Amino acid sequence: MTAPCLLPIADLARRMAAREISSVEATRTCLDVIAERDSDLHAFITVLADDALAEASRADADLAAGRCRGPLHGVPISLKDLIDVAGVPTTAASRVRAGFTASRDAVIVTRLRRAGAVIIGKCNLHEFAFGTTGEESAFGRTRHPADPSRSPGGSSGGSAVSVATGMAFASIGTDTGGSVRIPAAACGCVGLKPTFGEIPMGGIVPLSRSLDHVGPLARTVGDTRLIFDALRGSRPAARETDRLEPAALRLGLPGDELMDVLDDGVRAEFKRALAALRGAGASIDAVRLPHASAAAAMYLAIQLPEASASHAATLERQPHDYQPGVRQRLELGRYVLAEDYVRAQRGREVLRCEVDRALGGRDALVLPTLPIPAPRFGDQVVHIGAGAEPVRALMLRLTQPFNLTGHPAISLPCGATAGGLPCGLQLVGRINRTDGLLAAAEACEEALRSA
Amino acid sequence: MDRVPDGSVAAWMTQIADDARRRGLPELVPLIESLGRAVASLREADWNDNARGDTRPDLGDKERPR
Repeated sequence: MTAPCLLPIADLARRMAAREISSVEATRTCLDVIAERDSDLHAFITVLADDALAEASRADADLAAGRCRGPLHGVPISLKDLIDVAGVPTTAASRVRAGFTASRDAVIVTRLRRAGAVIIGKCNLHEFAFGTTGEESAFGRTRHPADPSRSPGGSSGGSAVSVATGMAFASIGTDTGGSVRIPAAACGCVGLKPTFGEIPMGGIVPLSRSLDHVGPLARTVGDTRLIFDALRGSRPAARETDRLEPAALRLGLPGDELMDVLDDGVRAEFKRALAALRGAGASIDAVRLPHASAAAAMYLAIQLPEASASHAATLERQPHDYQPGVRQRLELGRYVLAEDYVRAQRGREVLRCEVDRALGGRDALVLPTLPIPAPRFGDQVVHIGAGAEPVRALMLRLTQPFNLTGHPAISLPCGATAGGLPCGLQLVGRINRTDGLLAAAEACEEALRSA
Repeated sequence: MDRVPDGSVAAWMTQIADDARRRGLPELVPLIESLGRAVASLREADWNDNARGDTRPDLGDKERPR
């Protein structure tokens, strides 16, 4: 039997409505997992136990009085600690923000509360979301639940660990180059980056304003959809696509411009997933994204100076309060010339057109999320074939193109390597058609589960 | 920062590496090399405008300003 803290949200809601479990009980099960495991995993920076139990108690009272606030009524949710909660520090995992307490809730927190969510705590991250491993946090590194010598991915690593272990039923992360999808893939969760601009960023510490997205991490696509609906503030009256059969899926498969560097275990699991999808009747054909191979260069020339601009004042005033690697990357961004930023923006338009074209007549593009399984802490490079690849660049390689283009993208679990480390399957949908992407993801999830 | 003496990537890299050392940040030098490779590839990309030559290739699609 599934432990209560690992139930899908829809099941939890059904059991709450049937009075089989209360919100207080559900919240306590999460707090119990936190008490048992978080001293080792460091998924949380702030646990809001008393506030969460009080909210849960109110949720139970409301339900007893026949008032259901929404689809997340009484459901414990964690937040990446870049997201403001009134009266609680927003640390961004940095000494730079010591002493800061948020005066109001972020827009999305207001929306989550309106949908009934119980905020259980604030999760650890790579400092200021500027990294993919979580190694640089003023509160200690978050560790992978399956192997503490490895990173859970980042930057929303604490969020992914909280979801994977049952410390929360879902979490909210941010994604500038892959920071929701990367840890979701590394930890065996679902992670959604909606279309750029679809979810408001008000009350969330920025990293790079033209690349930043906010999105949910959850254990199923259905749960992800529930959270996404709450984050955008309303469920559309009529969905574009509520359900898609696996046999109706039309997927585009990018070529070597993205797929040339993959760990053998990840490649094997990806091939197995493609076979399962084809076996379920999905149509998968090749697409070309010729300029995707330039995405890393575009990303650097845009992301670095945008981040440096956000941090310019504190970089001058308190440089030693930053983690060393984060400070180095912020300093580096100050040297990017405006003309190179403009070239990168131009390339970004070209890539966006290519992705739009590749999606013509298809539901989604399909590719792995992470080219490697969760890396060991301290590894600067990984060896794939005859080459040695920098870990950070490799971890961003398959996700950052879609931060540049703004297309919605989702990672869902897709098997595990021989060493038992989860792999992620990434789907990329059309701009402003995140609902359609979620429908495709549900169809893929069903096909992979049945295989 | 002083004006870059010529527009080449190599000149820019030399200047910023010197500046980083002067500011006590020599650990930036290897990162500058990576950034330099990225910038060089951006400058050679086929999407760049050329005020003297042909206009850029038709992308075959409408571009959507952000």
